[in-house]
Formats: sequence, structure tokens, C-alpha cells
Amino acid sequence: MKTQTYTLNLGPQHPSTHGVFRIILELDGETVVKATAVPGYLHRGVEKLAEARTYTQVIPYTDRMDYVASMLMNWGYVQAVEKLMGIEVPERAEYIRVIVGELSRIASHMIAVGAMGADIGALTAFTYTFRDREYILDLLEMVSGSRLTFSYFRIGGVAADFPEEFYSAAKKFLDELPGMCDEYDGLITGNEIFQTRTKHVGIITPETGINYSLSGPTLRGSGVNYDLRKVRPYSVYDRFDFDIPLGKDGDCFDRFWIRIEEMRQSKRIIEQALEQIPEGLIRAKVPKVIKPPVGDAYAEIESSKGIYGAYVVSDGSPKPYRVHFRRPSFINLGYLEKLCEGWLLADVIAIFASIDVVVGEVDC
Amino acid sequence: MADYKLPAEQLKALKSKFPGLEVLESQDVIVPLADLTPFMTEIKENPDYAMDFLTNLTGVDYQDRYEMVYNLASLTQGYTLMVKVIIEDKKKPEVSSLCPLWMGANWQEREVYDLMGIVFTGYPGHPTRILLDEYFEGHPLRKDFQWEGGRET
Repeated sequence: MKTQTYTLNLGPQHPSTHGVFRIILELDGETVVKATAVPGYLHRGVEKLAEARTYTQVIPYTDRMDYVASMLMNWGYVQAVEKLMGIEVPERAEYIRVIVGELSRIASHMIAVGAMGADIGALTAFTYTFRDREYILDLLEMVSGSRLTFSYFRIGGVAADFPEEFYSAAKKFLDELPGMCDEYDGLITGNEIFQTRTKHVGIITPETGINYSLSGPTLRGSGVNYDLRKVRPYSVYDRFDFDIPLGKDGDCFDRFWIRIEEMRQSKRIIEQALEQIPEGLIRAKVPKVIKPPVGDAYAEIESSKGIYGAYVVSDGSPKPYRVHFRRPSFINLGYLEKLCEGWLLADVIAIFASIDVVVGEVDC
Repeated sequence: MADYKLPAEQLKALKSKFPGLEVLESQDVIVPLADLTPFMTEIKENPDYAMDFLTNLTGVDYQDRYEMVYNLASLTQGYTLMVKVIIEDKKKPEVSSLCPLWMGANWQEREVYDLMGIVFTGYPGHPTRILLDEYFEGHPLRKDFQWEGGRET
């Protein structure tokens, strides 16, 4: 009998890859022999567009990269410009940034968790996480006025202070969050089919993870303790008490479980931040027309997907000479091709979901 | 914000090993083009630096040169380092690939090739376009890039 391998175009499959990401699989029966990732063609040329905008006008473009956690995307960019100009951000603004940033992280993880459930067949999980995510969007709408692309950060601070009703609403949400996480645990984490599909599947060793520059839950799933909020604390993260959940096996299950744990840790951070938040200004004195001195700066934050960095070059004019974004989703996908090899077609679905990418960020 | 850049003593030690190295005031370094691979191997392999994580890699198009910018971090030491390489040949920009050291450079170098047209020698296979269509002409992040075409009028 003669057998031969065949090619299968897989995707778009995951909810966040609609139309712009596929994997070309060479299959021997159901086993993957070779995988080729094809990101594109969403390419919007954010970096090129930035060169024709003023520094402030670039902020809304960063929103549209990881649009499920756009607060965090703002943060990395404004931090780079602040570094370039040597702006001291008022303390109250830093606390506000931490609070909205962590809320954004929870919202992003909810999508990751729900979408991974949906990919594996638990469609109910998707509706549950989306229902709960609405509460966060309500909170963020209170402060920024929009529900998806917030554009809330400003160079030197944030756009507006919290309204009075925010505090009680945030407290109510935080009180309910552990119950939500328990529900996901009961529905997805504890599900036998889910565990069989994800445990010991798609293993990333710590050495490979570091070598491929993976970051975020994708790297920490392999047990590598590398979270910028702890190792190189930026903003006011050094003032909070929280843990970094780490995986043991580096499999899809660990990467999934870490996201649920991180939601719980984010809750701790927000609670402490709400307690400590000082009165004061929400924006530093920044000139209307921002003209940083000639030079360059690179700043990075820990976004929900991993290390998000912004490299900004100034030539002294009101427009950036060059902007580059280090997008975690893009770099985390760099290992996907190797990771899929040798696994079954069905495993590829779980592997891809466990990396949690947003194509707006892959192909910015 | 605290500073996590590689301390001055360690930069000094690097400078004595690589005399062509230029240490900037910001504690960033400029490496001669030819020294890139030996320099990167040194800071990766030597436990004094242990720069095991290639965080970021990008290119900048200046009027008279291209510049490659590398951001490295050490997981064990906690330090970061920004390394720059100047490519003076604007007609045929080439720099050696870092894929043999960090596979994290794999997709990032492809991206730089795609958008800026810098060729990485020693890249496993020739770098191919990653974000744009393979039939696309030109490299959009170059300053002289002019887009022609679009909707017919």
C-alpha cells in the first residue's frame, strides 16, 4: 500500500484570527509533519502611519493592535515617549494606569480562556466569559467613554479622573470576580475532555521558550519566572503584593490555567491600588505640541500576551521619526511552526488557542 | 523608574575585549558591523552578562545609514542592554543574522527584511516576506518608499 502526505490549509479557526491567519499543514494521516504559519494580510502599517502623525495622535493606533486589551497597548507607547522626554508622571495617574491596565488584563484573559474552551468544544464557556467581560467594559466605559478602543492614556498621565461611581462599581466587580473564576474552573478547567485534550500536549521546554523570546503566560506556562511587573517593576508595581503563577509541564493546560490564576492576582493588585490611590494631578505638565529631544527610547510593559515594547526615535520634530512595536503575539507565534510538528491535527487547535494571539497585534 | 541597564564596569570589560565598541552616554552600545556575531556570542555565553533573552530587534532608516537596534535582557542577572549596529551601505544593506544564537530573531528578522529591506546573512534560508504579499514590491518602512497604485480613478 502506498501512503503519501497531503497539505491542509487550517484556519481561520480561533475567534481572534478571523480571516487573517492560517496554518498550512503537511499531514501524514492525522499527524503534522510540517507546519507553515501565514500571518496576513491584515497589515495596516501602523508603524508607517505613526511617522505621519504627531506623538499624541499615535495613541489611538496602538489601541487597535491588541484591541481586547487596548489600555495596555496605550501604556507601552506613552511610557516610551515619557522616557524620551523625561516626563515624571504624577502618582495618582500611575495608580489609575495600574487599575485600568489590570482590568484590561482580566478582560483579555477572559477572552483567552473562553476562546480556548470554545475551540475545544465547550461553547458555553465562551458565552460565560463574554458575559463577565461586559462588567469590565462597563467600568472602563465609565472612565474613558468607549468600550473597545479606549485611547485613554495621555503622554504624562491619563485623559480623565475616575468618576465617583467608579469605586463602588469596581468594588462590586472585584467581589464577584472570584466566583466567576470558580465558575470557569468548574466548567472548563475541571472538565475531563478539556484536560485530556490539553494536558501533555504542545509542550514548550523552558530553554526553548527563552531561546524563541516567548513571553507572557506562554513562557510562564513552562515555569520560567519572567514577568516584568516583578523582575523590572515599572510604574508603581513594586508597591503591590502579588504572585506570579507558574506552570510545571509547559503544556497547553498550564498556559490555560495560568490565565485564570492571573485574573485572581490582578484582583489583588487592583484592590491594593484602589486602597492606596493618592489624591492629586492626573496629568503632568506637558506642552501642547510634543517635541521630544533628538534621540531614542525603548520602553516595555507586561501586557496580557507578554512583553510589549515600544521603540521611539525622535528627530526633534513634532512627529516621531520612527516607531517600532515589539508585539508579544507576533513573537510568540514564531515558535508555532516547530511546536505543531509531531502532534495531531486536533492538537494544533488546542496549541494555537493556548498561545492566545490577537492578529491585530501580529500583523500591526 | 529604576534603571536596569548593564552597569558601567561590565561595559568597560566588554570595551576592553572589543576595542571597536562605542559606549554611549545612555549606556547603549554601538558595535562595529563585523563584530556583531562575536560580540553577541560573548554577551550571551559569558555568565557575567548572560543575555539570554533577545527581547526586540528592529531597523531604522536614517538619511545616510541604516541602524539595527537590538534589545537584550538577562533573566538571571536582570540587566538589559541596547545594542546598535550601523550599516553604512545604503544600496545593499546587509548584517549577519542572529538566528544561530537566538531563534527569537527568526520572525523578527523576517519582519525587518520585509518592511525595511535589510538582508540577514546566515539566515536559515533566505529571509522571506512575512507580513506583506510575496509579490509586493519595495519595502514600506524605508523613508523613500512611495506607494503607487491603489484604486483606479
